[in-house]
Amino acid sequence: MRAVVSEKNNIKLPTFFGKGLKGAIGWIIPIAVLVTWQILGDLKLIKTLIFPTPLMIWDSFLWLCQNGDLLDHINGTFFRTFLGFFIGGGLGLIIGLFVGLSKICEILLNSTVQMIRMIPHISVTFLFVLWLGIGDASKIMLIAKGSFFPLYIFTFLGIRNVDNKLFEVTKILGYSRLKVVTRLILPATIPQLVLGIRQSLGIAWGSLVVAEMMGSSNGLGYLMMDARAMSDTATVFVGIILFTIFAKLTDSIVLWIEKLLLRWNTTS
Amino acid sequence: MSEKLLEISQLSKRFVTEKKEVIALNNVDLYVTEGEFVTVIGPSGCGKSTLLRIIAGLDKQSSGTVLLAKEPITGPGIDKGFVFQEPRLFPWLTVEKNIAADLSLKDPDVRKRVDELIKLVRLTGFEKAYPKELSGGMAQRVSIARALLRKPKILLLDEPFGALDAFTREHMQEVLLDVWRTNGTTMILVTHDIDEAVVLGNRIMILKPRPGEIKAQVTVDLPFPRKKSSQSFQEIRYKVLNEFEKIEEIAWGEAGAGI
Amino acid sequence: MSQSYSGSGLKVNKDAASLKQLLQGGSNWNTAWLHFILSAITPVFIILVWQWAGDTNRVSGHLLPTPTAILNAFIDLSSSGVLLSEFLVSCQRAIIGVFAGVFFALILGITLGLVGILYRLIDPTMQLLRLTPSLAVAPLIILWFGFGETSKIVIIALGAFFPMYLSTLQSLREIDPKLMEVSKVLAFTPVKHLTSVLLPSAVPGILSGFRMAVAYGWLSLVVAELLGSQAGIGFLMSHAHTNAQPEVVFVGVIIFAVMGKVIDSSIALLERKLLKWRNAISG
Repeated sequence: MRAVVSEKNNIKLPTFFGKGLKGAIGWIIPIAVLVTWQILGDLKLIKTLIFPTPLMIWDSFLWLCQNGDLLDHINGTFFRTFLGFFIGGGLGLIIGLFVGLSKICEILLNSTVQMIRMIPHISVTFLFVLWLGIGDASKIMLIAKGSFFPLYIFTFLGIRNVDNKLFEVTKILGYSRLKVVTRLILPATIPQLVLGIRQSLGIAWGSLVVAEMMGSSNGLGYLMMDARAMSDTATVFVGIILFTIFAKLTDSIVLWIEKLLLRWNTTS
Repeated sequence: MSEKLLEISQLSKRFVTEKKEVIALNNVDLYVTEGEFVTVIGPSGCGKSTLLRIIAGLDKQSSGTVLLAKEPITGPGIDKGFVFQEPRLFPWLTVEKNIAADLSLKDPDVRKRVDELIKLVRLTGFEKAYPKELSGGMAQRVSIARALLRKPKILLLDEPFGALDAFTREHMQEVLLDVWRTNGTTMILVTHDIDEAVVLGNRIMILKPRPGEIKAQVTVDLPFPRKKSSQSFQEIRYKVLNEFEKIEEIAWGEAGAGI
Repeated sequence: MSQSYSGSGLKVNKDAASLKQLLQGGSNWNTAWLHFILSAITPVFIILVWQWAGDTNRVSGHLLPTPTAILNAFIDLSSSGVLLSEFLVSCQRAIIGVFAGVFFALILGITLGLVGILYRLIDPTMQLLRLTPSLAVAPLIILWFGFGETSKIVIIALGAFFPMYLSTLQSLREIDPKLMEVSKVLAFTPVKHLTSVLLPSAVPGILSGFRMAVAYGWLSLVVAELLGSQAGIGFLMSHAHTNAQPEVVFVGVIIFAVMGKVIDSSIALLERKLLKWRNAISG
C-alpha cells in the first residue's frame, strides 16, 4: 500500500516518437520524405548533385567505411571532442565547486568568469590558432573553452540552490562542515550537474565541427569541408548524419547514467 | 526525578527591520521538568515558533537565559531533537538511511535502534522506500524517528502535523503519544490546534502576540486514552478556548479590521 | 537571487560594513562598494600583468598584443570608419537572419501548438532534425547557397529557429491545465480562450525563447562570418589574421562579445518590462 505524494498533471512533450499509434504517426513524414526524395532522384527530377538520394548517401557511407579513412576521421573527432570536454568541463566543475562553496571565491572570480563567458567562443578561434598552431591543441582548447561554462554555471547554481531547509536539518543533526558538503551539498547538486554535463557535451560537439572546419587534416569536420570543396554532397550528408548520431548517442548515455544515479528524484 | 530539564528566564527576542523594532518574545519565563509533554499554543505571530527555535539553538535570543540540564544553549545539536512542519527528508536516501542520517547502518547498535524506531512509528515494511513514495504522514513519521534516534534530552516539534488532513493528524497524535509513553522523552510541541493541545501532553502554555508573552497555563491531567467526547476533555478545551478568545479580542482591537 | 546557505536571513543593523557582514549576505551601500571593488580585483590584475608582460617583452607582441595596442587599433579602425561599416554589415545580416528564423519558428510553433493533429504529425520530425548540431550543417548550406550573403543568413536563421520553435511549442502545449479548466467552466469562446488564457500564459516562455534565439543567432553570425566572408567583423578578423595583425583580431573578439551582451541585456530588459505589466493585470 504505497501512497503517492504528488501527482504531476503537466502535459509532457513526447521524448521521441512515443508508443503505439502516436509513435507511428511520427514516422509518416520522415519516411514519406525519404521515399519521395529517392523517387525524384531516380527519375532525375532533381539534381542529384545538390540533393543526393538516400541510397547515394548510403553508398557514400559504405565507400568511406571500406576506404578505412572513415575510422581515422571518427577517431580524430572523438579524441578531440572528449579531451576538450573533459578538460573544459572538468575545470568548470572544479571552479564551480570552489565558487559555490566559498563566498570569497565567488566575489573574486565570478564576475571575471561571467565576462569571459560573454565572448562567443567561436570568435577566439583565430587567437587559439595563433597561439597554439593549426594542430590538435588549438581545437581541443576551443572545445574546452566552450565546455567550461555550462558546467561552471550549473555546478555553481546547483550548490547555491540547495534548500535552506535541508541545511537546517544538518544543523540539528550536528553535521560537521565536511559532512554538510559530502552528505548534503554534493548529492543535492547532482541533478543540476547532469544538466550541465549534457549542455557542455552539446557545446563540445557543436564547437568541434567549426574547429575542424578551420584547418585540420582529419576528423569529420575536415571530411565535410573537403567534400564540400569537391561538391561531393553525399559525403557532406554522411558527415552530418554521423555527427547527429554521435551527439545523440553521447547525450543518451548521459541520460541513462542520470537515471541510474537519480532513482530518488521526483522529476526524473 | 522531577528535575527541571529546561529553564528559561527573562527570554526576549527582538527583530530589527529598517522601519521599526518588533518584539517577538518579551521576558518569557518557563520551565519544563523531565518527562513532561508541554504544548505551546497561540494565534499567529505570538512567537511560539521563535521560542521553539531558540530552545533548539537555531536562533539566538536577544536577552535572557535558556538552560538545558543546567547548561546554556550554544547552538543546535543532537541533544535537542527537532521536528519541522515539513518532513525535510533527504530525497536521495531511503527511509532507514534518512533515520540513520550520518550514522552508519552497519553499526549493529544503530541498526537495532533504527529497527526499533521504525516499528515504533509504525513504518515496518517501508525501510527501503524513497521519500517520493511516501505520503505526508509517513514522511513526518520518518522525521520523528530521525529526531529520536540520537536519544535527545528534549524533543521539539514545530507544528508537525499542520500540513496533514484531520484523519492523518489524529493518527499521528496517537503515534506521538505512543512514542512519549514508551520512551519517556521530554517533549515540547507547538501547535495552533486547540484539540491537539488538549489531546497531547500534560501542560498547555498559551501565548499572546505583540509582544509575545505567556498569557496563561492550563494543566491537563486527564488519563489516557483521551476521548474528545468526554466532558472533562471539553471542560479543559473550553478553558483554553476562553483564553484564546480573550487574546484575540485584544489583538483585534489593536489591529483594527485588516487581516 | 537563490537562497544562500550561509548566514541568517535577518537584516543586520547598518553599523559596520565589515568583510564579515559582506560574507553573511548583509546588504547596504557600503558592502555593495566592497563587493564591487573585490570583484574588480581579478580582471584589473590580469590586465595590468598583461600590459606589463607586453611592455617588458616577456611576451611577443605578435602572439599577445598589449591592451594599449588593442586600444590603439580600435581607435584607428573607428576613426577611419572601417569599423563602423563592417559592423553595420554584420548587424544587418544578424537582424535579417534572426528575424527570418524567428518568424518561421513562430508560425510553425504556434500552428503545431494549437492544432493537435499537425503537432503529432510534424513535431517528431522537428525533434529529429533538432538533434543535428546546427553548425554542422554549415558545409551543406555553403554547398547549396555558395559563400554569399544568402548562406550566412540561412545559417543565422537556422541557429535562431530551433530555440524559438521549441519554446513557442512548449509554452503553448504546457499551459497549466487548471487554467484550461477555468476557461471551460466559464464557457469562454475560442477567441476569448486564445486571448485571455493561451496567449498570456505562453508569452513569458516565448519571450525567453526569443532571447535564446537571438543569442544563438548571434553565435551563428560569428561562425558564418569566420567561415568565409568578404565583409563584416568576421571578415575584418580573418583578414587581420592572415596579415599578422592580432590587435585587430582582438578588437573583433571584444566587439562580438560586447554586442552579444548588449543585445542580450536589452532583451532581458524588454522581457522584464512586458512581464511586469502582465503581472499587474493578472493580479
